[in-house]
Amino acid sequence: MQLTVNGQVHEVDVEDDMPLLWVLRDELGVTGVKYGCGVAQCGACTVHLDGMAVRSCQIAAMSAEGAEITTIEGLGTPGTLHAVQEAWIEHQVAQCGYCQSGQIMQAASMLDFNAEPTDEDIDLVMSGNLCRCGTYPRIRAAIKTAAAKLREA
Amino acid sequence: MGRARTIARRSFLIGSAAIMGGVAFGTYMVRRPYDNPLAAELPDGAATFNPWVLIDSEKITLVTPHADKGQGVASAQAALIAEELDVEFGQFEISFGDPSPAYWNTAMAEEGAPFMATDESFPAETTRGIMGGVMKLLGLQGTGGSTAMPDSFDKLRRAGAVARETLKLAASQRTGVPVDQLQTANGAVQLPDGTELKYTELAAEAAEIQPVADIELRNPSQWRLIGKPMQRLDIVGKSTGTLDYTIDLDVEGMVIAAIKVNPHQGGKLNGYDASAALAMRGVRDVVEITGGLAVIADNTWRAFKAADALELDWGPAPYPAEQADHWEAVAASFTPDRLDSEWRNDGDVDAAQAEGNVFAAEYRSPYVAHAPLEPLGAIVRVDDDMVEVWTGHQLQRQLQVLVAGITGHRPEQVKLHNQFIGGSFGHRLEFEHVKQATEIANQMRGTPVKLVYSREEDFAHDFPRHISTARGRGTVSDGKVVSIDLEGAAPSVIASQMGRANIPVPGPDSQIAAGAWNNPYDIPSFRMRAYRVPELAPVSSWRAVGAPGGGFAFDCFLDELIHQAGADPMEERIRLMSHDVSRKVLETVAEMSDWGSELAPGKGRGVAFVESFGVPTAEVVEVTATDRGIRIDKVWVACDVGTVVDPVNFENLVQGGVIFGLGHAMNCEITYSDGMAEQTNYHAHEGMRMHQCPQIMVRGLENGHKIRGVGEPPVPPAAPALANAIFAATGQRIRELPLWHHIDFV
Repeated sequence: MQLTVNGQVHEVDVEDDMPLLWVLRDELGVTGVKYGCGVAQCGACTVHLDGMAVRSCQIAAMSAEGAEITTIEGLGTPGTLHAVQEAWIEHQVAQCGYCQSGQIMQAASMLDFNAEPTDEDIDLVMSGNLCRCGTYPRIRAAIKTAAAKLREA
Repeated sequence: MGRARTIARRSFLIGSAAIMGGVAFGTYMVRRPYDNPLAAELPDGAATFNPWVLIDSEKITLVTPHADKGQGVASAQAALIAEELDVEFGQFEISFGDPSPAYWNTAMAEEGAPFMATDESFPAETTRGIMGGVMKLLGLQGTGGSTAMPDSFDKLRRAGAVARETLKLAASQRTGVPVDQLQTANGAVQLPDGTELKYTELAAEAAEIQPVADIELRNPSQWRLIGKPMQRLDIVGKSTGTLDYTIDLDVEGMVIAAIKVNPHQGGKLNGYDASAALAMRGVRDVVEITGGLAVIADNTWRAFKAADALELDWGPAPYPAEQADHWEAVAASFTPDRLDSEWRNDGDVDAAQAEGNVFAAEYRSPYVAHAPLEPLGAIVRVDDDMVEVWTGHQLQRQLQVLVAGITGHRPEQVKLHNQFIGGSFGHRLEFEHVKQATEIANQMRGTPVKLVYSREEDFAHDFPRHISTARGRGTVSDGKVVSIDLEGAAPSVIASQMGRANIPVPGPDSQIAAGAWNNPYDIPSFRMRAYRVPELAPVSSWRAVGAPGGGFAFDCFLDELIHQAGADPMEERIRLMSHDVSRKVLETVAEMSDWGSELAPGKGRGVAFVESFGVPTAEVVEVTATDRGIRIDKVWVACDVGTVVDPVNFENLVQGGVIFGLGHAMNCEITYSDGMAEQTNYHAHEGMRMHQCPQIMVRGLENGHKIRGVGEPPVPPAAPALANAIFAATGQRIRELPLWHHIDFV
């Protein structure tokens, strides 16, 4: 099957039901997307499917065919950061960092739909993304900073 | 009874080793430095001044041997060296280095010493010195016990200063300019005329010079980096998905392994049928390992699926099958023959409680899982002449020993490529995953094997925090707390954990009593006795180890007594406090939280104070009792670490520790049924999520004169402060964790 990841088309030979997460990580070497729980409880595997944040551990490879798949690598790079990544760096959000790809992808997707999220909006959208280190206060602050950056841009 | 008897009875965490080591090797061995591991393979023209600094004509490399599991110590260690070396972030690379006795942890022994951290008497300091000497003799490199900063603070600044002065000497020898006329900045020596000689240009000459030994550390007023916000070296990588963790590494020719090991921990594999798994796509082999099987495949998902298809016949666990029986075993251990140690006996508790009203209460703290978000795993390749291991680990040299024990190599033939770690909370002090990856790789020598735990396997095989029960009896009089008799019982986490690492640990276990005995309160009569429960489920160090359970019991009981006395929770704690630095911590958190100010109906504030790892920490939690349950609104934290190295990272770690403590207090426990952990994934062991996260205000005090680490100390006060706040808001005392057995949370 063909998958479009970060603008590039890849031909992959995998089972129809292999989760997108593992196609990305093990077949395509896109490792910014993380495995944490496999059952949509942690959000570490969050990617964008046609701009919508989804848990890639729950998306069968087959059903991602034809969609634009964006991972953290496609959102921005160390040289060309996305506003959300800039804010994450400014606020020094990460501790272990393992959940942060998913947090950033979830936040970026929210800001695409909601330019000025309230605390309640942030609670609603971000509560599916688990951070074992407890960086939530900084995530909240970084989202607000990123929203302001994007509004100014 | 004098002090000597007290010490003897308490013994040491590494007691016998301390005494034997001191006698057998004497002071000379303790003082002699270890060889610099960087010197062993030094290329031509490169200079190393000590085990932490390597400079060649191309670049400056700083070795940061403490494992970074998210606490930011790679950056903090580098900053300490850079402070004195006069290099800036961006001008050097970092390396975790090779395991070496030269990186022995100078601070790890302190928590094991049988003295309160606030006790700086001669016997206390002398004992700490002896125990530190033993750690050196053992060459014990390790990250744990919030010791990375205490261990590194002087040592790494000194390493930077030695390198700087030696580079100046090299510049002086080349130019003829006297050393005292040379300056250093930005990775270069500056001559009086403004000419700059880069350190990299001076490396070859510096390599010929004996490193300068006589150096003086800079005065804190001269610090450029320490105490100021830094941009962590890993922050861009962790914000762009470009930093590789163990699970992300791809070693050429690598295969993937998933395991199924008996979930009745320590039980046998009686028999199996792997035929279905072997027939699945991408599966190469199924091999036996201790207590289970490993599937070898070409893709992690295929390996997980095939592992699920294994038919397995498990033997029973060596511990009680049902959780209720674990609690029974704890309850049955409050007997004289199970007395592990009497940690404190101030005044005369028996006399104080001989008559009048004695208030009694019992507290429980459950098994909880570490569950770091990066699943456990390791890549191992075994060749005939060496073994390579890629993983993130906190006890690097013991890892070499255990791996070599499986493969038949010598420990020094085991090359560890230590990695950034996606969370630990204590689990990456354990070795099972590394041993399993080694057992697999040893059966297919020459092929690198990457073992990845599924989340379910991680929960099934965690070595959780130990369970504990504490019973308090106390009296009050004239509005004051006058006596506390606290007894705590728990299995020995140290014996369980060190047993798996083949390290015998004689003497009482300080962690049964941690948090419960070492509070610097001047209560007229205060006794704390610890009882050792026979081994139950295998347990391990969980962030702050014994102090969360002990602190919950002690501080909640104190809070109850204060209530009985009719006193104010904050004022009575401050009145009882006998240690100036700790009193300041309480006064600060009272001021921050505006303690005593009027609260709206349904709201309540609770305070708790626990000292752990030498850090007095006080937290005030403010909650609202809503019609949907308790909402945690705000938390204020004050703690004293002597010196705050990076205020931003400090705040992040303290907030994270509070969230870790609150989240687990709310809703986390591991329970056993049919000998297996009942919780299989995060849905059943959730912790805190964004919508539950309060505002957390943090203040780091610097009145203590020893630098301390802050990775663990914010955790223990969180649970009792929350329980005390719930009481203040609702009148309901909850004496058992997790709290959600008794009350809902929003």
